[in-house]
Amino acid sequence: MTKHAPSKQIASKPIARLCVYRGSADAPSPRYQEFALPFEPGATVLDALIRIRAQQDPSLAIRYSCINANVCKECLIAIDGVVGYACTTRLRSDAPMTLDPLPGKTVLRDLVTETRPPRERLK
Amino acid sequence: MTDLATDVLIVGAGGSGMYAAIAAARAGAERVLLADKSLVGRGGATIMAQMTVAAALGEECPDDWLAHLEDTLAAGRGLCDEDLAALLCRDAPARIREMEEWRVGWARRADGRIAQVAAPGHSRPRCCYVDFLNTGPAVAATLRRQIGHIGAIRRVSNLAVTDLIVQGGEAVGVVALDIAAGEPVTIFAKAIVIATGGLSRIYRRNSASANMGGDGYALALAAGAALVDMEFVQFFPIGHLAPRLVGMDPIMWDPFRYKLGGRLFDGAGREFLADYGSDESTGYTTPRDVATYAIQKEVAAGRGSPHGGVYLSFTHVPRHALEAAFGPVIERLAKNGIDLGTAAVEVAPIAHYHMGGIAVDTHMATSVPGLFAAGEAAGGANGANRLSGNAIPEALVFGEQAGRAAARHAARRLTPDWPGRMAAVAVEQIHSLAAGRHGDVAAGELLDRLREVMWRDVGPLRTADGLARAIAMIEEMRDALPQVAVPAGRQFNSGLADWFELRGSIVAAATVAHAATARRESRGSHQREDFPNTDSDWARSQRVSMTADGALALEARP
Repeated sequence: MTKHAPSKQIASKPIARLCVYRGSADAPSPRYQEFALPFEPGATVLDALIRIRAQQDPSLAIRYSCINANVCKECLIAIDGVVGYACTTRLRSDAPMTLDPLPGKTVLRDLVTETRPPRERLK
Repeated sequence: MTDLATDVLIVGAGGSGMYAAIAAARAGAERVLLADKSLVGRGGATIMAQMTVAAALGEECPDDWLAHLEDTLAAGRGLCDEDLAALLCRDAPARIREMEEWRVGWARRADGRIAQVAAPGHSRPRCCYVDFLNTGPAVAATLRRQIGHIGAIRRVSNLAVTDLIVQGGEAVGVVALDIAAGEPVTIFAKAIVIATGGLSRIYRRNSASANMGGDGYALALAAGAALVDMEFVQFFPIGHLAPRLVGMDPIMWDPFRYKLGGRLFDGAGREFLADYGSDESTGYTTPRDVATYAIQKEVAAGRGSPHGGVYLSFTHVPRHALEAAFGPVIERLAKNGIDLGTAAVEVAPIAHYHMGGIAVDTHMATSVPGLFAAGEAAGGANGANRLSGNAIPEALVFGEQAGRAAARHAARRLTPDWPGRMAAVAVEQIHSLAAGRHGDVAAGELLDRLREVMWRDVGPLRTADGLARAIAMIEEMRDALPQVAVPAGRQFNSGLADWFELRGSIVAAATVAHAATARRESRGSHQREDFPNTDSDWARSQRVSMTADGALALEARP
């Protein structure tokens, strides 16, 4: 999409764009919200989401625990329609990435789904 | 609002929390509640363990737990609580063999013996592991399986304890945030075990999981318990720095050092460890505190690598040896563009573990009746510097003691039933934050600022000026807490959880900075640029407690 503007890419730092599913039972009208942030080579989708939460929108929800080790397996979401871990999927700057909650699960908020085993829930 | 009651409440479901639950049920507790902010058995530090688990099994060569103790005390630079260290070393073999009965799958030699490698500071090969870099996930999965078989254990994920309730000087329960629902929960408990892990997450460079911001220390302190050795944060020397590596824990180079040696070079390609008194001619022997100091000094002197660390190289190791030692991991590295056969990687110290923690006796009891601590959350066993491989045995051994002692304490008590007003403030706080709050700054942004300050001024190299600057910043953040913006919302409102994390991390950070200021010497992981020598008068631990007006009080004792 941005292939025709290489000079701009050189003039300014590359930008990553994320199109993120927003919605919860509190506010039952799901929508997509676009976020833009400076692209850093090698960064992951989870890096970007953590950065957005700290600097742009703390209300954005994503499940994660181990951050970089890919052992907690909590950050499973749909990335451009393909189920994958946010912590191992590299961010791209050539085209917006669309992030959706894990399909087939109840959405609690944004990218967080009900992935707790039934016996680990309070109610 | 949900009200729960239990015999033993365990706060945190990593290795020590899960083991404490097993031990409490085994000791006769009929109702054990195991709560975690994240998912049970998936958060915390245990699952991140890459390799070594130290225990005097004697599989590789004759060994004795007393020899393990001697090494642990030497590594602790004179500050270990010897009773706790002895407990850790004495019970480690039983716990490690029990894990094997539970099919954790320790790596074995061709002749069937459990493989044990030598790690720095150990006088002999003593560290078992699960291949490849799979120790933590295997231990966590094994414990998850065990707790799943025990009917007395109720597991609750996404439950964050926000306040401990103390009545008449005894711990009687907690108020918690049900993160999924965004609602407060009260839990009446006859005994409470804090197993919330350490505080590595309050540093910019850290190898922690998301929920290790030191909140357990803040909870214990506010309840009246003391903390010990808070100035001793372990900075793991060779945390991964560059190129960006995903899907692997940043401390994963240590296993490579155990198995293959490896060489450290400064930015100009010169080996430097010998300049700091370390002789690696016989293999990987440099203790963590010494290596971290050496790397930080090299970088500070302008001799670092491009990203501000040093080089770790395995280019001298034949390719077949690399593949034999790490099999599928070599492939994972290739996907990250790393070929150890041809290029070095950049590494640098990273906050990894907390030697300090909640002061406990050998039953893991704090000074507050009914309140216990286990695992990394408990302090003292490792003194000023922890040996490689002592964290997992600590989690299991201390978890066992804490669970058993908590069950025994619970058996002697009636279920507490405190008056509603005792918890009213904590409950109201959750409601009020969930309604949203306007403010200039988000909790996540302040947390980032706190991590930067801690890394710069309360990190591996410290000075009085830097520590004073950090304390002033931490106090500013504490005062700003009531004005921090919180997004409105109930269900899985992470902004709400962030606020509580910030509140806990500020307290934890303050205890580290104050203890580090008072210790005017260098010892183990605490290195003062303005007091570079170890002072024998300082061969004593400091305890931090909270006064009635919320101020921190320090006391040094032998």
